[in-house]
Amino acid sequence: MNTSILLLILALIGIASYLAGTRRAVALAGGRSSDMHSRPGYYGSYVLIWALLPAALVLALWLAISPLLVNSAVRSEFPEEVRAQPQASQSLAYGMVSTIARGLQVLTPEEREQVTAGTADVRPLLASRGVAIAGDPEPYMMEAAQTLNGLSATSRFGMIATVLAVAIGGLLLAYRRIAPRFRARNQVEKVILGALVVASSIAILTTVGIVFSMLSEAIQFFTMVPASEFFFGTVWDPRFAAAGAADSAGQFGLIPLLAGTLYIGAVAMAVAVPVGLFSAIYMAEYASPRFRSVAKPLLEVLAGIPTIVYGFFALTTVGPFLRDISAQINELATGNYQNFIQAQSVITAGFVMGIMLIPYVSSLSDDIITAVPRALRDGSLGLGATKSETIKRVVLPAALPGIVGAILMTASRAIGETMIVVLAAGVAARMQFDPFEPMTTVTVKIVSQLTGDLEFTSPQTLVAFALGITLFTITLCLNIYALYIVRKYREQYE
Amino acid sequence: MTDAITPAAIPASAAPPRRDIGIKRRYAAERRFRAYGIAAISFGLLFLFLLLWSVVSKGYTAFQQTTITIPVEFSEQIIDPDNERQTDPRKLMTANYPNVARNALAKVLGVSTDDRAALREVNGLISDSIRTQLRDMVIANPAIIGTTQTVSLLAHGNVDSIFKGQVDLTVGEQNRRISDRQVGWMNELSASGALAKQFNAGIFVNGASSRPEAAGVGVALIGSFYMMLIVLVLALPIGVAASIYLEEFAPKNRFTDLIEVNINNLAAVPSIVYGLLGLAVFINFMGLPRSASLVGGLVLTLMTLPTIIIATRAALKAVPPSIRAAALGLGASKMQTIFHHVLPLAMPGILTGTIIGLAHALGETAPLLLIGMVAFVANYPTTPLDPSTALPVQIYMWANEAERAFVERTSGAIIILLLFLLVMNVGAILLRRRFERRW
Repeated sequence: MNTSILLLILALIGIASYLAGTRRAVALAGGRSSDMHSRPGYYGSYVLIWALLPAALVLALWLAISPLLVNSAVRSEFPEEVRAQPQASQSLAYGMVSTIARGLQVLTPEEREQVTAGTADVRPLLASRGVAIAGDPEPYMMEAAQTLNGLSATSRFGMIATVLAVAIGGLLLAYRRIAPRFRARNQVEKVILGALVVASSIAILTTVGIVFSMLSEAIQFFTMVPASEFFFGTVWDPRFAAAGAADSAGQFGLIPLLAGTLYIGAVAMAVAVPVGLFSAIYMAEYASPRFRSVAKPLLEVLAGIPTIVYGFFALTTVGPFLRDISAQINELATGNYQNFIQAQSVITAGFVMGIMLIPYVSSLSDDIITAVPRALRDGSLGLGATKSETIKRVVLPAALPGIVGAILMTASRAIGETMIVVLAAGVAARMQFDPFEPMTTVTVKIVSQLTGDLEFTSPQTLVAFALGITLFTITLCLNIYALYIVRKYREQYE
Repeated sequence: MTDAITPAAIPASAAPPRRDIGIKRRYAAERRFRAYGIAAISFGLLFLFLLLWSVVSKGYTAFQQTTITIPVEFSEQIIDPDNERQTDPRKLMTANYPNVARNALAKVLGVSTDDRAALREVNGLISDSIRTQLRDMVIANPAIIGTTQTVSLLAHGNVDSIFKGQVDLTVGEQNRRISDRQVGWMNELSASGALAKQFNAGIFVNGASSRPEAAGVGVALIGSFYMMLIVLVLALPIGVAASIYLEEFAPKNRFTDLIEVNINNLAAVPSIVYGLLGLAVFINFMGLPRSASLVGGLVLTLMTLPTIIIATRAALKAVPPSIRAAALGLGASKMQTIFHHVLPLAMPGILTGTIIGLAHALGETAPLLLIGMVAFVANYPTTPLDPSTALPVQIYMWANEAERAFVERTSGAIIILLLFLLVMNVGAILLRRRFERRW
């Protein structure tokens, strides 16, 4: 009997408990539902909760803990010389043992006997059943595999027995408590409220998870590479992670990546802020409702297009276009057909990212401009200012804090953006000021350090988490400050 | 309009000359300001149009594929020369099917089977993937060995590109992948109708392949489907439950304030950070398999939750307090009020927010790169624990391929992705239109 059948049985117990609880409540009330405290369904739900909730908790705990216990029990049976080996090769050995254990279960009883007696060769036999073992198993592994199978079977039996006992026990307990004056609804609602609280704390857990997971890996990184070298280093050259090679330590300087990130972000903002702001002003102040109802959703389509599509657009259309046009300009100016804009460059990535960010700036600023009280405009217009003067001298200054908040939020998007820069900015980590040359960003390096084979012990992998926490901190600060500004501004006019 | 107030238009006797307040200049500034606004909006819309046009113009040809329809003789000499297929079924799996196809095409083109150089060029016209195509035919029906069947063979990617007019044939022969003789054969086959474009069902069903003509988004579609399912099943209930608590039950204290700020910030965390979280927690700590759509789904769930929570809270807030007061007044408990009355009324808003969150998750690439979804997966994943890819990741992988034919595939895949997003967003808009209620 495996876990899915157990779940099925639990579901059946659940249905049965609900029906039993409802029936008993009705029977006890003798058909006069007004005598009961709660409606019959609540009694059913009460029994259901008692039958399933403790059982599910036990099941989850057992599933989480039992593999760990079995693992350590099996490992403690490994011979001395294996246990003296480093952790990594022990895990490898354990991996083989568990593969053999899995393989033993697909064999027929006669074959298993041959294998354990040592008369049949395990590896080809298992390979013919579709279970591939990495190397030839050593004798102790066979024993360990059998121990593993035995322990797992015991654990599974224990789990099924305990879970079913808890489920039925809970059912009986709750069933006996049912009485006409029993406040079943309040009990059930308490459980629902608990579930709601648990759900809303998932948001907290996510943040805690982000911070802790990245922090723990980053701290491990900082034990290998000093923090000052990471934060103030000007050379990014991580080399490759060669297993066990001592001289594979590279240089992990954050500065060139940060410079690229900020440079590309600045180009993007230089495109997005004027365009977005003027669009927002036009939409909010000039556009007729009909024009607005067409143009605004169309502009917002830009925000709905996945960033990978922008990346592809930059890679195949904008980049080559800029490269060719720069070659043509160069030919006109100097007679030399040689491009001075690279296909992958700061300007390509920044420009396309800017287009992506237009709707963020425009819809956020639009809301803020519309929120400026009518009276301010009327006052200015009444004094004879033209519409554009009103906007420039009255509306925008009033909306400025909110707009700054919107721009900061957009900037945090630009800094965290990944796919466009992965495809269009290049991978060369260097510090320079030519916008026509490729540069790279923090996000690009996170991706390139973490695609492919990973080893969670090498600085080459762990540096990604240090980069990640840097990125997270920067965007978090920008966002909190932006939210603070926007909130403060909103209070001003409420 | 400005003419009316210029000094020339006003009779000097009727009114004293007006003080010059620079009205002309100011009105010009006004017009300029408006023009900037229109220019900004046009700039945005122009690039929206350019973006879509560049994708569609590059990609629509991906939905057609060039095939060569010729009679193929399933010769026993090539497939099973020693007549072993009764005793050794593996014989049919490993037979030399490419030669079957090559000889068939050589026969049509009138190339002698002794001319090795010419045969190699003939072979260059057909895709390597016909090996599996013919093998599957033979295994499904071994009786066709020894007979001649008319088969549509997939043309080679280079042939496909030329036939679709994407390759400049004026370039010297040595700089192309297809020789002049092959082009001549193509014209011959095309004139006889053997070489023709057909609807390309393969792009929807095939898995990854290093040959562009046989590559498709089948695996990616299944992977994305699993992920969307996981996001829907997890994020919707959790998000709704969290919003109900925050909106209806939570006391105003430090803790709920913290959750509030938290959710707003989570909505703005760069998506790649969620990838790092998934890698560290789900793969490294919990030991879930890499490349599995389960992990991808979990990561996207965490990413989508804040969006759904924010939308749901707005929807709950929009339900007027009178509904709650009426239900409470009739003796419903708070829980009954919310679940029987408020939640159903808020449902359209919640679903709209959920669909938009799902659409966002469907197009997300960066976190999936980190949890190993960048994988060459040729077989369909049967469970969410099997390795798979996702639609945007497939686009990313194809965008990095150098071959010309992959540009077309990439754009084709983007069109598929954008169509899915379009359907979801239009669905959300219709839902809002249909059920939106103004109180």
